Amino acid sequence: MIELVSESRCVSCDVCIAVCPTNVFDAGAGGIPVIARQGDCQTCFMCEAHCPADALFVAPMTHPVPEGSPLRDEAHLAASGLLGSYRREIGWGRGRKPGARLAVGPELGPARITPAALP
Amino acid sequence: MSTLDLTADVVVAGGGPAGTWAALTAAEAGADVVLLDKGYCGTSGPTASGGTGVWYVQPEPAAREKAMASREALGGFLQDRRWMGRVLDQTYENMNRLQAEARYPFPIIDGKPYKQGVQGPEYMRRMRSWIKRAGVRILDHSPVTELLVDDTGTVAGVRGHRRRHDTAYRVRAGAVVLATGGCAFLSKALGCDVATGDGALFAAEAGAEMSGMEFSNAYGIAPAFTSVTKTAYYSFATFFRGDGTPLAGAGSQGGRSVIAAELLRTGIVLCQIDQATAGQQEQMRLGQPNFFLPFDRLGINPFTDKFPVTLLLEGTVRGTGGIRIVADDCSTTVPGLYAAGDAATRELICGAFTGGGSHNSAWAMSSGTFAGRGAAAFATALGAGARQRKVSGAGGVGIRPGATATTAGRREALDVIRRQVHPYDKNYLRHGSRLRPALAHLDEVWDGLRGATVAHDGDLPGLRQAAAMVANARWMYTSAIARTESRGMARREEHPEQDPNQYHRLAVGGLDRLWTRPESVTGRLAAA
Repeated sequence: MIELVSESRCVSCDVCIAVCPTNVFDAGAGGIPVIARQGDCQTCFMCEAHCPADALFVAPMTHPVPEGSPLRDEAHLAASGLLGSYRREIGWGRGRKPGARLAVGPELGPARITPAALP
Repeated sequence: MSTLDLTADVVVAGGGPAGTWAALTAAEAGADVVLLDKGYCGTSGPTASGGTGVWYVQPEPAAREKAMASREALGGFLQDRRWMGRVLDQTYENMNRLQAEARYPFPIIDGKPYKQGVQGPEYMRRMRSWIKRAGVRILDHSPVTELLVDDTGTVAGVRGHRRRHDTAYRVRAGAVVLATGGCAFLSKALGCDVATGDGALFAAEAGAEMSGMEFSNAYGIAPAFTSVTKTAYYSFATFFRGDGTPLAGAGSQGGRSVIAAELLRTGIVLCQIDQATAGQQEQMRLGQPNFFLPFDRLGINPFTDKFPVTLLLEGTVRGTGGIRIVADDCSTTVPGLYAAGDAATRELICGAFTGGGSHNSAWAMSSGTFAGRGAAAFATALGAGARQRKVSGAGGVGIRPGATATTAGRREALDVIRRQVHPYDKNYLRHGSRLRPALAHLDEVWDGLRGATVAHDGDLPGLRQAAAMVANARWMYTSAIARTESRGMARREEHPEQDPNQYHRLAVGGLDRLWTRPESVTGRLAAA
């Protein structure tokens, strides 16, 4: 779920309010969007992909992370490179090569079926 | 409250791949088009957030024959060869247009663009820009709440709510395309919470039928407690019990029910993507960066660590059931109403087996094209008088109360979906003795919803979506009970064999009283 709107990074473009498919954000005082309906977040990461300032962070869990979790800690997320990492991976942003250009996965054979005993 | 009142030749409900291709095609045919998305056209739905393979096959007879034949047995031979052919043709054309006209940046392999897949955010961002350039008017955050019909029952527009303006809207139109997606029952599967089966409810209220709703029990694999149902790379996985011993027979294809049974029994299944070479591991990251989001963010190395997995219901999004279409232009049994993408049945190209991934994406862009063209032609034929028709709302539950005494609301509807539709022992591992009581619970809540329950303004879309899920679930279980055999993904524990006497598609319909009707399989002669 969406866990962080970084006040220091946010450029008040309100793109996240527009693009969220489940209407999680509202406009906030001082131009910083607020997470108004976290429970409606479907953890699709689309707000992060569209944020031009890498100011948003979506934790992968479909429930809120506890108070004090590193996944709500901006300093940790910035230092670990997680903040803005999805946008970087899909190659969105000025000067980046679109990830779509490279998106060729491995050949998929028949799915492995787990054997009764491993070698 | 003020109402935004618009007119259009064609209204498209839903802004995923099917809706955007429908809108583009209708606009190119000269129609004035309004597209409505309950969320945001460009991010809504499983394609935008998930990405997908595409059933893109060169127009060479041998390649096409192989593509068509490859999954026919899996699909219980319910596919229509003629439809498969025209979807392959249309998909080929659309993917080439996506490159030439929307400048989608396909990977280049051996000097040629590789078109067997699309990255979701990029694809849908470009579709949004493209339809705007074509003159389509887009209303985001504007869920449709009901269809409008004229006095002959012909569909003549939609009514809905603009949630960021808190106003109602009405669009009178010559034709409507429902591209609202499938129904994944708010399971939190990736990008699927907007897919609540709304279009099927609207269609049924106007008199349309469903087909293939028994093929609706798709569950995707995700790391436990996360949304990321990207299942493809689990073909490189080994699965384990909670104690670390191998879970024999488990697999992402042909062994997923073993995972479901173990989750039911113990609540835990572990996984490790331990069969991929270093080269394959690197390619996975390029192919599907979103597959790694949960791992990177939780500090898991999926290639060396054992991590817990779960199964999330993807319902008809990865199943094949939906609104029954009756002609090449994706028209329904109701004049003026067209269906495309996951909102429509995909049996014509997938039969009884999941259309998830490449087939559904090919279906979305092709059926969207067919429906957009059909709707534009229908609107043109009506002429200028179409917008002067006297119209009324077709919506029932939540809008126009029925006669029953009991009441249920959104809360009861969501609760019955969670208890009677999500569980693996009811919807996935199916047995009549469990389907029948589950259906009875759903019927009871439906009757309650049909009683005095009415919602207004901003509360209406949520109630209608909840009711749509209950309606979809009742069609699913009614069809699943009627099919007393195992065919494709619709398996019954007590009827494990395919029954030659049930070689048919199943139409299903009704709102208060449901019915099923066998339909002959079409399009097999073309195979000869």
